[in-house]
Amino acid sequence: MRGVTFRLRQIELTADGREIVRDRDVAGNELAVGRAADNAIHLPDLGVEPRHAAIARLDANSIAVSALGTLGFGLDGRVVRSATVDCRAGAELRFGSFRITVSQDSDGAALLAIRRIAEKGILAADFDEKRSFSLAGVLPGKRKVAWLAALLVMAPFLALPIASHQLREAHAKAAVIGDASWRPGKLSLAHHGLEDRCEACHVKAFVSVRNETCAGCHKQAHDHAPAARIAGARANPPLGESFLQFVALGFGKPGPGGCVDCHTEHEGAGRMAVPQQQFCADCHGSLGERLRDTKLGNAGDFGKLHPQFAARIVTDAATRRLSRVSLDARPRENNGLAFSHKLHLDPMGGPARMAASMASERGYGKGLACKDCHRPGEDGIRFKPVAMERDCEGCHSLAYDKVGATFRTLKHGDVDQMIADLRAADFSPTLVSGRRRPGDYAAGGSYYANFTAPFSGEGLIRRALSRDGVCGECHTPAVQGGKPGVMPVTLVSRYMAHGWFNHKPHAQEKCSTCHAAEKSGSATDLLLPGIATCRTCHLGEGSRKAEVPSSCAMCHTYHPVAGAPRKPRSKNW
Amino acid sequence: MVRASAAAPTTARPVATSHEGFLRHARFRWLKIAVVSCFVALAGYIAADVRPRANGGSWYGYLLGTTAALLIVWLALIGIRKRAMTRGRWSLKAWTSAHVYLGLALIVIATLHTGFQFGWNVHSLAYGLMMLVILSGIFGTVVYATLPAALSQNREEMTQGQMIDSIRAIDRQLHDAAQPLARTDSDLVIAALAQSEFEQGLWRRLSGRYPDCATRQAIDGLGLADAGDAAAGRVEKLLIRRRVQLERLRRHLRLKALLEVWLHVHVPATVALLAALTAHIVSVFYYW
Repeated sequence: MRGVTFRLRQIELTADGREIVRDRDVAGNELAVGRAADNAIHLPDLGVEPRHAAIARLDANSIAVSALGTLGFGLDGRVVRSATVDCRAGAELRFGSFRITVSQDSDGAALLAIRRIAEKGILAADFDEKRSFSLAGVLPGKRKVAWLAALLVMAPFLALPIASHQLREAHAKAAVIGDASWRPGKLSLAHHGLEDRCEACHVKAFVSVRNETCAGCHKQAHDHAPAARIAGARANPPLGESFLQFVALGFGKPGPGGCVDCHTEHEGAGRMAVPQQQFCADCHGSLGERLRDTKLGNAGDFGKLHPQFAARIVTDAATRRLSRVSLDARPRENNGLAFSHKLHLDPMGGPARMAASMASERGYGKGLACKDCHRPGEDGIRFKPVAMERDCEGCHSLAYDKVGATFRTLKHGDVDQMIADLRAADFSPTLVSGRRRPGDYAAGGSYYANFTAPFSGEGLIRRALSRDGVCGECHTPAVQGGKPGVMPVTLVSRYMAHGWFNHKPHAQEKCSTCHAAEKSGSATDLLLPGIATCRTCHLGEGSRKAEVPSSCAMCHTYHPVAGAPRKPRSKNW
Repeated sequence: MVRASAAAPTTARPVATSHEGFLRHARFRWLKIAVVSCFVALAGYIAADVRPRANGGSWYGYLLGTTAALLIVWLALIGIRKRAMTRGRWSLKAWTSAHVYLGLALIVIATLHTGFQFGWNVHSLAYGLMMLVILSGIFGTVVYATLPAALSQNREEMTQGQMIDSIRAIDRQLHDAAQPLARTDSDLVIAALAQSEFEQGLWRRLSGRYPDCATRQAIDGLGLADAGDAAAGRVEKLLIRRRVQLERLRRHLRLKALLEVWLHVHVPATVALLAALTAHIVSVFYYW
């Protein structure tokens, strides 16, 4: 081969991007490529070996490239160690950061265009200073993360429950998925079964829990009073409550008096909290101002604002009429009996001595105590009515005759029977003389005759029913329906019909703490304690000095239930 | 700066420079407002007789909740507001000052809104995200107040571009000086030159520790292998110069990262908070 074999075209870029092209012709059949300066193709790049490759001319059109060291070179994007290149077809060789484009020049020389390609990293011309110095290079973009985070919150905590709620209506039995994350607190024990069934109470979207929904299960809960009366009774709420009502009504909550107003849920597992005193005091604290015709006194706090108790007592024994009378009026009861608690409880009195003599027989102690006549009922809340046969007859015997060793006894509570018994009785003076026949000696050997006039049953009947007779001792004689008899007896077992009182929790107190029986000489004394007595222990819900802070619900109930006090019977409530 | 001070006319009265940071803006006006707001909220909380126990659904709870929600939206708007710098009473500085102090007041207002009732639900999630935003904000405020001085000291009046240029200059010299080196040594230099300081991950940025620093490894490698070789010695000196520059750059990057990293929590957490707040409010009224 003669003449030019290789033409090396060095292409460099100026600072402003202009190309400087320098051609250099090389004779000879072989070229060395490498970092060392003595190479024909000197590539000053540390990525290139000092003697990297040799390029040899094979014939007029092709060249051979072969690696000399351990590193290969790039050929059209692949890394090879040797290659044959047809110059007419051309190829691109790559050594480190240098690119050598092979072609054939017009005079037949192999044209090797050498160009340095843009450097990477810090020496690279396209180095983005702002981005590199900020964290943008090492952290994902804030905007991207923000959208992702918003999606991660919105999808499970908002979209899922709403979609589930909306799509489930076709088959309403299916539970809503994902709404557990909305639950603000655990339900009370009574509603524990509904814990995962939010939609059981929250039936419609954006509609508050309705009274009808509660009534679906709570069928027995009655209204407190007619709706119109309640509406008229309600005081204007304070500013904060008005605001809440404004918001609540704006979002379609049932008006004041809805179930959920008093019965708040999601307050944590446990018993549902007793409604607060405030719920009652809202109306009753100043009820008289709004319901002028009410018979109820204002009550807002047991310790501070509560009327004196009113007891339902017998005011007319004959007709058994019961009237509600305030204890402040010092009412006297007429239950038809004559009885002195004082006499019976006096430890030195006759009844006490008589009871003591019967201690073994009837279980009395040294004298009479309350429990000897007043026996608690099964539930311990109140007492059984006093029964003559059980509680009185031990002393107050109704025996009127003795046949052999057996006493004949009048039947208590049945005047007709008594009359019949006495009328049919065969009375002989021996009954009381101790002598069996005329001429017999009386006990002790003394002789005497019974000089009293023989008396008939009619006389006995008259005597028994007289004020000093065996009946008149406790009863008031009265002619009833033209027949002799006694005033009917009405024993009240529950005086406070509108409040609740349970004796059982008060068992550690003596009876006399509240009931002044030892000082009562008459059955007309009403032995009920007034509110002042209760207030020695019980004061309002918020009281700090009370032994027992007591809210309204301790004695009263809003919804009338069996045994408990209230029912909306008249508009006067 | 030098030019500005030289041009400033000398007057008897000191020139009122507005070199008052956003924390001290208007003699702590917004700090005072925030503290008063907290006390008002607290007093109301104590005074409001909410039964059976304090909760966000009471009238006072709604009041606090509405206030807190509006406050959150307003605080988030700084992301838009900051793009327009203005001066004066409604300046961006005043806005930023209010942002910081009212954001702190939100801790009290929102916590009272919860009534201290927390659970594994979307409501507490919103609260948690809010606290995350506030805590990251506190971090940001602290670093803004303390780090710029250190940043400036480290730079020694070099710009970021100059820092890069100085390393580039050394790199070019290294590249030339390393030409005579044998393969293994030149590989060390290549590795040192190829290692980018900017692609080393968040933790290295924040800690400033680069355990596999190729420059240091090259210095160690060359020192062991080519004692006495003139070319290698020259390369080693250049590498040591490179390391000094790198250390300054790394300190710079660390301070910059600390100044910036909290925003990568603060901003996405704010958007997540707005989402959680929406879920919180919608869910409350959905199951009303």
